[in-house]
Amino acid sequence: MLRYIYANELSQYPVLQTSMFRDRAIQFSERLKWAVTVDEKGWERDEYDDMNPLYVIWQNPDGTHGGSMRFLPTTERTMVNDHFAELLNGEDIRSPFIWECTRFCLGQKSSPRVAGAMMLAGGELMRAFSLTHLLGVFDPRMVRIYSMIGASPEVLGSSGEGRDKISVGLWPFRPEDRLKVLRRAGLSSEISEHWFNRSFGRQIQEFQQAA
Amino acid sequence: MLELDQFLQALEQADALDQIQDLIVGLRDHFQVDHVVYHWVSADGEQYGFGTYDLAWVQHYVEKDYLRIDPVVIGCFQRFDPVDWKRLDWSSKAAQAFRKDAIAHGIGNQGFSIPIRGPSGQLALLTASHSTDDATWATFTEAHQRDWILIAHYLNQKALELEKGRAPEPVRALSPRETDALTYLGMGYSRGQVADLLNISEHTLRAYIESARFKLGALNTTHAVARAISEGLIVVGGAARAATGGWPGRDTEGKIAKSAAR
Repeated sequence: MLRYIYANELSQYPVLQTSMFRDRAIQFSERLKWAVTVDEKGWERDEYDDMNPLYVIWQNPDGTHGGSMRFLPTTERTMVNDHFAELLNGEDIRSPFIWECTRFCLGQKSSPRVAGAMMLAGGELMRAFSLTHLLGVFDPRMVRIYSMIGASPEVLGSSGEGRDKISVGLWPFRPEDRLKVLRRAGLSSEISEHWFNRSFGRQIQEFQQAA
Repeated sequence: MLELDQFLQALEQADALDQIQDLIVGLRDHFQVDHVVYHWVSADGEQYGFGTYDLAWVQHYVEKDYLRIDPVVIGCFQRFDPVDWKRLDWSSKAAQAFRKDAIAHGIGNQGFSIPIRGPSGQLALLTASHSTDDATWATFTEAHQRDWILIAHYLNQKALELEKGRAPEPVRALSPRETDALTYLGMGYSRGQVADLLNISEHTLRAYIESARFKLGALNTTHAVARAISEGLIVVGGAARAATGGWPGRDTEGKIAKSAAR
């Protein structure tokens, strides 16, 4: 299932939290050999994890992490503007309607459907919060996966070669993509909305009782 | 929309905090809601704001130290998505008592807040509150979310600029692509033509336009082009050549604005 969780709430899901940061260590440090920091717990974390980002996480039936990505508004400090300005030829993209999406990670056993579910979640965020684009940082291996699930970003710039290659790209909000992505993810519109509302719409009953 | 344009223009020109208070009253009248409030809170609980809440409620809020209980403030410190108050955690006894008290003071049973997180754990909120049913409120928030987000950011920038000691982030210059995009739009090219000229897709062009618009404090593209010209950030060649004197950008603002709106 999909969960939308702000960093400050993540410790309520210790299994999910631990497995996500460990899967990130496996993907970004071991496999891609990016210069990321892995702490003594085996977690890959950086300074943007300390800015209370919003995570979208696919949770496996056993409670562990199946895939995740991390969002921050481009009106605040972002990884793209701090570290990848040269990929954008000095462009700094800032708008309350554009959120940055980084650390797209898939669990080792995750199927392409999980990647599809994550792209679906990105679309749900855009739809719900009037976003026009997501601005992403990703490795080229992901480009193939994105294209497979029918949600290819427009690459704005890349650096490095082979394993070291890293790209910055934009996903525009295209409402017509939703059906296609739902199909690739193998999910219904209703369940996606249910997951979204469960994450963002808690305590509705208590609110009504208090009225 | 015209009235919001006027609002932004007045906001841009405001040079004293009491003008912001008047502008917020204007916002309430424009949106026809019970209240509009701008609330700024530092990480250590210093607060400051403008709005249409009854003064008695504001004093009561401070006296009761509601800042520690208010689910809107507590919830918004942790998030950056626009939030309908129903989505916040009102489950504690203290929160429920606070809510009853707020309703008794005419705040309304519905609310919609745009959180803006600042450096060092600051929080700014723009809130609309109203007495109505859930369906009507959902219609309101869906219809106005986008404008409301922009207004929140621009109002916050202005409030920070006017309040000493809370210096805003310096205004960012337009990037090369943003400058190019607005220049071509100002010259009357369509979005499709501009995307071709810049060798990017229309979707990506839109991202640059969104970003430029935000940096310029503009509500829409027409407004952004006009402002970029009047600030001297872009030069629209043809218009400058045609001008007989004075300030070319100003002279041709009307014409440029019209062509950019196409």
